[in-house]
Amino acid sequence: MIAWFADSSHWLGDDGLLLLIWQHLLYSAVALVCTLLVAFPIGCYCGHTGKGERVLIGCANALRALPSFGLIIILVIILGPVFTSDLAFIIPSLIVLIVLALPSVMLGVWSGITSIDRTVIDAARGMGYSPWRLLLTVELPCALPLIISGIRSATLQIISTATIAAYVSLGGLGRLIIDGRAQSDYQQMIAGALLVAVLALLVDFIFSLLIRVVVSPGILRRETSQKSSVPSILTRNRS
Amino acid sequence: MRFDWLLRQSDQIAQLFLWHLWLSVLPVVIGLALALPAGGLIQRLPRLKAVLLNLLGLLYTIPSLALFILLPGILGTRILDTVNVMVALVIYAFALLVRTVCDGLDSVSPDTRQAAIALGYKPFHQFLTIDLPVAIPVIAAGFRVAVVSNVSIVSIAALVGTPQLGSLFTQGFQLQFLTPIIAGVVLCVLLALLLDSLVVYGTHKLVVWQPARRKS
Repeated sequence: MIAWFADSSHWLGDDGLLLLIWQHLLYSAVALVCTLLVAFPIGCYCGHTGKGERVLIGCANALRALPSFGLIIILVIILGPVFTSDLAFIIPSLIVLIVLALPSVMLGVWSGITSIDRTVIDAARGMGYSPWRLLLTVELPCALPLIISGIRSATLQIISTATIAAYVSLGGLGRLIIDGRAQSDYQQMIAGALLVAVLALLVDFIFSLLIRVVVSPGILRRETSQKSSVPSILTRNRS
Repeated sequence: MRFDWLLRQSDQIAQLFLWHLWLSVLPVVIGLALALPAGGLIQRLPRLKAVLLNLLGLLYTIPSLALFILLPGILGTRILDTVNVMVALVIYAFALLVRTVCDGLDSVSPDTRQAAIALGYKPFHQFLTIDLPVAIPVIAAGFRVAVVSNVSIVSIAALVGTPQLGSLFTQGFQLQFLTPIIAGVVLCVLLALLLDSLVVYGTHKLVVWQPARRKS
């Protein structure tokens, strides 16, 4: 295994590891940015106004049951003929990644805002904060721990589903696993699996650092003394 | 949709469905059976609790396809063995459920515990007859998540050659034929709904002493 990784021909070139890692990160980042752009406003709206709670939770539960693998293949077969170039499998894969990651972020933002102590929000209102100022300077900062944990599980889900999308020719580390299986090259499969696992663990670690850096210490202290179990269950989702 | 194709393949599809059912139910049940005592133990070791729960969270982070392929190297099984998939699913269920069991035990009110101690319950007896039953609603909420997400993870095992509804996806992709894929997705969702409502029903039967509870 070490010999496999030490061989420079596996790292460089058109299907080298460096390129695959770069592709995996690129696709994941694009999907994550699109997810945030859609999910953030929805989560803020539902959390701030308290509307749409049922739809949000129902939506998340329904999506958890959908098999992402089947969804990607359906979209590739339907949308594939529409595009001529590589977009034929890139667009469908991205759509599925975004759809699957949406609920985690929406629920994270929503549950983050709704779990804030009501007296904090009422105090800000009483001091004459406008709704926008309330959202930006009080609600979002207080909700950060749950927002970040929502984004964290969304990111991990994107990374692991991008692996599966290699089956429909998407680039990235999943290629090693799928191609390795086709060629019965177990070394290559294991290398791919190891790299994906390491990548996921690394990203998870970065998020745990991010929470320490970004979140105000006062909020973190309260979070540890007052366990909120339900949101951690709600935002967890994977494939 | 080609319904005539579905009818002709109904035997094979039923077989795949049963395999899927088996792979969906057994790992989460084993996971729960392991998580209950483990959660009870971790609960009694407050210092280790955070560390152990974080380690389990890391296990849950590893992408499923990667875990299916890495496990043979660790277990010494063959790479196409169904055991790998089974073990991976048990690991996921266990990682998710230990945390839930801890959360559930945290939800038992100190007054209830004190009353049990005052009545002379031994720790093990108290865990079994007081703490666990009171924790059921929280544990059940986590169990639902584990069951439902497991149904969709199982379909990925088609990529390592384990037959179940996911095999319909690979088959449909090779033939560029939508019917089996749609059938597979619909059956997966139906199976998830069925298992979920079974868990809800079972929980309802187990916590008869409680007034109607808010469902999540």
